[in-house]
Amino acid sequence: MSTLGSLIACGAYVPRLRLPRAAIQDALKWLSRPNERAAPGARAVCNWDEDSLTLAVEAARGCLARAKSPPAAVVLASTTLPFLDRSNATLLAAALDLPRATETLDVTGTLRSGTGALAQAARRADQRATLVVAADTRAARPGSEQEMTFGAGAAAWLVAPGTTVPGALAQLRAAVHVAADFVDHYRMSGAPFDYAFEERWVRDEGIGKLAPAAIAQALEAAGLKAGDVRHLVLPLARGTAQRLAKAAGLEGAKLADDLAADCGDTGCAHPLLMLAAALESAAAGEPVLVLGFGQGVDALVLERGAGAATGPVRAALARRHEEPSYTRYLSHRGLLEVDFGMRAERDQRSAPSVMWRKERQVTGFVGARCRDCGTVQYPRSRVCVNPDCRRTDTQEDLRLADLPGRVKSFTEDWQAYAARPPFIYGNVEFEGGGNLLMEFTDADSGDVRVGMPVRFVFRVKDIDRARAFRRYFWKATGA
Amino acid sequence: MASGIRDKVAIIGMGCTRFGERWDLSPEDLMVEAFGEALADAGIERDELGAAWLGVFFDEQSTGKSALPLSMALRLPNIPVTRVENLCATGTEALRGAVYAVAAGACDVALALGFEKLKDTGYAGLPERTKGTFEDLFLPASTAPGAFAQLASAYAGRHGFPIAKLREAMAHVSVKSHANAARNPKAHLRNRITTEQVLGAPLISYPLGVLDCCGVSDGAACAIVTTPERARALGRGDFVTVKALQLAPSNGVEMGHQSWDGSYTLTTRLAAERAYREAGIDRPREAINLMEVHDCFSITELVVMEDLGMSDPGRAPHDILEGRYDREGRIPCQTDGGLKCFGHPIGATGLRMAYEIYLQLLGRAGERQLKSPSLGLTHNLGGIPNRNVASVAIFGLAA
Repeated sequence: MSTLGSLIACGAYVPRLRLPRAAIQDALKWLSRPNERAAPGARAVCNWDEDSLTLAVEAARGCLARAKSPPAAVVLASTTLPFLDRSNATLLAAALDLPRATETLDVTGTLRSGTGALAQAARRADQRATLVVAADTRAARPGSEQEMTFGAGAAAWLVAPGTTVPGALAQLRAAVHVAADFVDHYRMSGAPFDYAFEERWVRDEGIGKLAPAAIAQALEAAGLKAGDVRHLVLPLARGTAQRLAKAAGLEGAKLADDLAADCGDTGCAHPLLMLAAALESAAAGEPVLVLGFGQGVDALVLERGAGAATGPVRAALARRHEEPSYTRYLSHRGLLEVDFGMRAERDQRSAPSVMWRKERQVTGFVGARCRDCGTVQYPRSRVCVNPDCRRTDTQEDLRLADLPGRVKSFTEDWQAYAARPPFIYGNVEFEGGGNLLMEFTDADSGDVRVGMPVRFVFRVKDIDRARAFRRYFWKATGA
Repeated sequence: MASGIRDKVAIIGMGCTRFGERWDLSPEDLMVEAFGEALADAGIERDELGAAWLGVFFDEQSTGKSALPLSMALRLPNIPVTRVENLCATGTEALRGAVYAVAAGACDVALALGFEKLKDTGYAGLPERTKGTFEDLFLPASTAPGAFAQLASAYAGRHGFPIAKLREAMAHVSVKSHANAARNPKAHLRNRITTEQVLGAPLISYPLGVLDCCGVSDGAACAIVTTPERARALGRGDFVTVKALQLAPSNGVEMGHQSWDGSYTLTTRLAAERAYREAGIDRPREAINLMEVHDCFSITELVVMEDLGMSDPGRAPHDILEGRYDREGRIPCQTDGGLKCFGHPIGATGLRMAYEIYLQLLGRAGERQLKSPSLGLTHNLGGIPNRNVASVAIFGLAA
């Protein structure tokens, strides 16, 4: 059977914090009817220093760890990109320390961004691989239905176009696209939240009428019958998904986990994240249908390949920490302005000339190793830091991001400004040498101890409110 | 072969303001107050000064840059004035400039004045500052207590010392300094405290509570130095000379090399070794009668006891708890209350330390006078454990 392209490897990331939906309900009890049922499960929420870009970096790192060579292109799909004008995909590529020759492109504007980018990557004419990363961290108005259903997450897929790569996770057999300006929800530039229309209308008039036709067309293009499909990746409310399965004659297929229980809807990343999870349980040769919905439909037909599932979604979901405080979640999302004191007024102005001069060091976390004595150091410097060496210009680039680290000392600082007090930082040493005083993240009071192994993650370091800018760096977190 | 600074320069006058939250005083007021005391002490005229050094750290906070604030506040006779800054070791840096000028024969009499006006920020603790355009991109926006608190976790880790036990020794450091400051009318914090109060105080930066931290104070201190010949000609009986004045800045090893484990201050060890050599001291534990060390935080004083060679490695907590560094102990430390209680107006601190040694050596320390000390040491540390400048000075009575 012909293929559009091979899905070679995947990565997934869900932020560690989980806000129980009951905590939202409790906090907003006064707003609801007295007989409201308790909402089950928890939703993934970002730590204060996470955004769609940092989520994308983590998912991409997981994916590329399983790739044999770097991709020719990096496409970042998201409706919640931190920058409207500054290539987020380029920043992603820089955080991954990919070569400058990498093609980078942001894809945005619809919840079909993820499925659309995946299909485009497979159709690429020159047969060079694309890293497709989809990430979303949609904000929801407190008290809204979206606040309960939205989550946050990212999925990354390495796509080789035009060929059947042996041992791939899946083949994309067909992709059909329908463009229809059906406005189930929207968000204007600058608006903080979606404005969503009545779900029943969306279900019946939108999904119910647009999706079945597209699915049928895609199956036909793939040479399959509805009854052949084994897995359905439908990023829809469960009831809507069931109705659609029935309407499209796909009742025989298994509905993939919608991750509602402990993650929530991850926007344009959701079909790609659900697909990664579904492939974990699909058998080789089984057809999978993936739907993207948003001002039209993307219907993708895939076939599970022979590649061994690595379980990235399971691993991402397992790395969880309950966030008991609704108000802290609001504060992290900028929805509650608490008094952080005068220390929070510190000017965070950045010098773009310095950021550019040190780009690989800061964004790519590239330090150095002395050619003569082998000492690892960060930041790189002209003269080797080893007191027994001190030779000039002997340093070679060494990316530290993926090295294991260990805590030498730390503190929990209650005086410093911290968006999530206490501010935790300490001396961390890298395996093979090197020492750096750095921030910890995804750690609360009592979590860090001397000798603890750590890994490094790309996060927001500082937010410059005066100039509407944020800068990123790497932080240590429990390995 | 360099012969060092030993006995080449005499201190003939010193002054120090009361330290504290001196809301009503400007930098000018602080400088004039300290200088007035020193000038009267020295018994010379302002116009006899040949050169001056000004030490101030937060220029943006106090008076702006350059030497002009000192020259103008004191209406100096247009003599050369140099403004120096070396983090919290700024005061000793100012003294070093003046002492070296006299030793070099560039002038007969030189002035060193350090001050800091910290309480115009509107919040507790030290002012916020940037670390520079590159370092802001990767270093944590740490605070002083947070950076020094690292010593505690690393020290406990290195010596397998339980944090709770370490905190007790740290608490004793503070209890001792408060008791000493109660005898010092110029000290910022003069209340006596208990170990229980220290351990129960609000956490600032784990494991440092607020009573493990020094005062953030306004103040000024100064010294007038000259040659020993001139000191004798002025008819001084006993006078104080500089026996050693050493400075060791980090070169980045602690910041970036694994040879440093985070549990001590490397520069203090280097500066102390050189200072003992310069002063001709073989056995510092026996030779030094009192110390003023940089106790910005209780844990700093604790590790510095080992870095100065006063306690054996891993023994400082025991020595502290046994009272070796108390007023009545073998080597009294912080007889004036130290940074902890006298206060820490950054630019003044090194000179304030010298002021206490000077008073003690001359028998002018009043209620807190020790029994005839002959050699005293100051340790003035600027920066954070990861990178800093450490100065160690030794003062004694002229031979």
